[in-house]
Amino acid sequence: MLMPFMRNLITMVFVLGLAGSAWAVAVDKPMDDPVLEARARVIHKQLRCLVCQNQSIEDSNASLARDLRILVRDRIEAGDSDDETIRYIVDRYGDWVLLKPPVKSGTIFLWLGPVLFLALAVIFIFLWYRRRQTPVAAVNAPLSHDEQARLKSILDNGDRG
Amino acid sequence: MIAELGHYALVLALSVAIVQATVPLYGAWRGDPGWIGLARPSAIVQCLLVVIAFAALMHAYITSDFSVLNVATNSHSAKPLLYKISGVWGNHEGSLLLWLLILVLFGAAVAVFGGNLPAPFRARVLSVQAMIGVGFLCFVLFTSNPFERLLPAPIDGRGLNPLLQDPGLAFHPPFLYLGYVGFSMAFSFAVAALIEGRVDAAWARWVRPWTLAAWCFLTTGIALGSWWAYYELGWGGWWFWDPVENASFMPWLAGTALLHSSIVVEKRDSLKNWTVLLAILTFSLSLLGTFLVRSGVLTSVHAFATDPARGIFILAFLIAVIAGSLTLYAFRAPAMKGGGLFAPISREGGLVLNNLLLSTACATVLLGTLYPLFLDAVTGEKITVGPPYFNATFGPLMVPVFLAMAVGPMLHWKRGDVLGAVQRLKFAVAASVIALFATLVFAFDGPWLAIPGIALGVWMIAAALEEAAYRIRLFRVPVADSLRRLWRSPRAAWGTTFAHAGAGMVIIGIVASSAWQVEKLQIMQPGESVSVGSYEFKFEGAAPIPGPNYEAVRGIFQVSRDGKDIAVMQPESRKYQDPPMDTTEAAIRTGWGGDLYAVIGDPTGDGSWSTRFYNKPMIHWIWIGCLTMVFGGLVSLSDRRHRVGAPVRGKAGAKTATKMSAGAKPPTPVVTK
Repeated sequence: MLMPFMRNLITMVFVLGLAGSAWAVAVDKPMDDPVLEARARVIHKQLRCLVCQNQSIEDSNASLARDLRILVRDRIEAGDSDDETIRYIVDRYGDWVLLKPPVKSGTIFLWLGPVLFLALAVIFIFLWYRRRQTPVAAVNAPLSHDEQARLKSILDNGDRG
Repeated sequence: MIAELGHYALVLALSVAIVQATVPLYGAWRGDPGWIGLARPSAIVQCLLVVIAFAALMHAYITSDFSVLNVATNSHSAKPLLYKISGVWGNHEGSLLLWLLILVLFGAAVAVFGGNLPAPFRARVLSVQAMIGVGFLCFVLFTSNPFERLLPAPIDGRGLNPLLQDPGLAFHPPFLYLGYVGFSMAFSFAVAALIEGRVDAAWARWVRPWTLAAWCFLTTGIALGSWWAYYELGWGGWWFWDPVENASFMPWLAGTALLHSSIVVEKRDSLKNWTVLLAILTFSLSLLGTFLVRSGVLTSVHAFATDPARGIFILAFLIAVIAGSLTLYAFRAPAMKGGGLFAPISREGGLVLNNLLLSTACATVLLGTLYPLFLDAVTGEKITVGPPYFNATFGPLMVPVFLAMAVGPMLHWKRGDVLGAVQRLKFAVAASVIALFATLVFAFDGPWLAIPGIALGVWMIAAALEEAAYRIRLFRVPVADSLRRLWRSPRAAWGTTFAHAGAGMVIIGIVASSAWQVEKLQIMQPGESVSVGSYEFKFEGAAPIPGPNYEAVRGIFQVSRDGKDIAVMQPESRKYQDPPMDTTEAAIRTGWGGDLYAVIGDPTGDGSWSTRFYNKPMIHWIWIGCLTMVFGGLVSLSDRRHRVGAPVRGKAGAKTATKMSAGAKPPTPVVTK
């Protein structure tokens, strides 16, 4: 049984595979203009290798990653801006290719989460600390039965701690 | 035959574990010494049985017995012996058996070396440990049996993923598991303490060596894993924030927090509830890590659904462990009152800050790791949470940890003085200011964040050293006096010095290698040269090299600096047959200043090759720093208070076992101020 995700992945692999054959020499050849190449490299770092776990296409050996690297270089060569290049890729593969998830309704909690955790932890510690400090007055309260018994045994037996 | 013996030993181990999980627990409740006494021998027998099972699987791998399905699927007769052995845990079933082996080894260690624990408490600890064992034994026997036969046996096996055929990765899983499973000791001690209803300084002192050992193992395991990624994946990356890495990093963060909070329990009889909770959470995160990696849920939520038996089992086990222990916690924790009060600015306060930030950081990693799974399961929307997210969230949370880490050990217990502490760290302050300006002057062309980054690392190292100098009163008393103090001051304090300085080294390594890395990738003809920073790489040519179970192409590069030849680097590109896969073997030359890193890629067909070169300044500090941290842990582990004298519990508490003892004083620490 093919899950939709697998189907997408296979389509993707297939489409890219065909595209790859069109580029004949699928070897990482940097662009001639170092400025353009530097831009391409920055974009590479932001895109996910489709078949790896959380690796960017910048540091993956997978042939799909190489194909995407070449695709990015092609878009830049064709005169696309950085945003246009990324948009071009995202339009084809979805937000999934972005290593930095965009802020949108589905990812609000992801981005606010850490701040929320920190706030909750600070509030929790503050309350805990305040509650702990209040019973200081209780130090003056009479000893409990247990404590009196213990005090007596200490006094009787000498200081054994 | 041997495989069947292994299988049979596992079944026996399960029955022993069931006895061990119940009888001593009941005995401790009834106060029956006979039933309590069953805990030790059963832990040892259970250990022996699992050792037999593990040895049986190991035997099948070494002799390449392909009638065992697991061996046929994951091994190959042409593999070098080391990888036949490491192949045992290079797959799902075998790695679970390794998990189990380490679990029972820890249990047996408590049985044998736990002589200083009161017998009922030890019985409870071993029972809880056996409950975890029952869970894993059932998991192995019912869903992941490594001894399943395959008839007729194939001529040869399918082989081990070539990326895993590497010395770094051969030892990575055992260390990681020693860490994961080591935290099961902290868990068992915590649950046993909850059952008894008391947590005191003595408890903290008993748990500490186990937690510390687990932490050392886990740190080593993570460091080995990242080192492997660095030299094996061929792109110079060493940490990708991928879910599998995060799975091991979360228990590390929680375990580090646990190590620090248990100090407060031991010395000041405070933060007890929190420490027990942290012990439970740390092990739960270890289990979660195992679940994430083993269930296939990471590759896709749907992969999990296609083969549900294993996933459902381990998920149910996870929920049982976490829900069970937290329920017990909810009932028992409120009765445990903390003792020592302290001002917000104090050693305790510093350790609370450490815990606050480390747990928030841990929760953030958890959120980032699980969020894509939840989003996919709930809305079907797919996102990737990659390094940019973690750098933006985890990074800022850790900066205050690093800043405070230097000051904390200088604060007094109960009531401290930050300004005074910083004044006592004046050399560290001076060193980091100098580092700040030096980086500003010499490396202004890098990213600006590198400048405070380096200063932060220098601050941590210098402060750790200055704290040690302060402790032995260096230059304030005669040197001979200082030396005596050096010898006499507790090893735990030296552990702190090394661990904190090691963390500073890691920071410097990370900052320097990412900020001032030079990378060059190009197509090269033999005879061509490329300059990488101040180095010159000349491509001499590439030649095929046969390997034991692969074919390789080796590139030869002459590296020179200022016209002087300094090294020949020979990276390889390998093609494995069983299973078919290409790997890169980067050539790495480590010098004082950092690493040179060379990779040979694919040929273009016209005699040229794609090549990649990196100069990564100070990157080795990352792993040297990790080793220093582990060394600190080991030094602390050798502290005499773990060896000498069983800590004695307070009298009052011993009478009313369910009530937290108010009288249990922490044994006087051997601190020379």
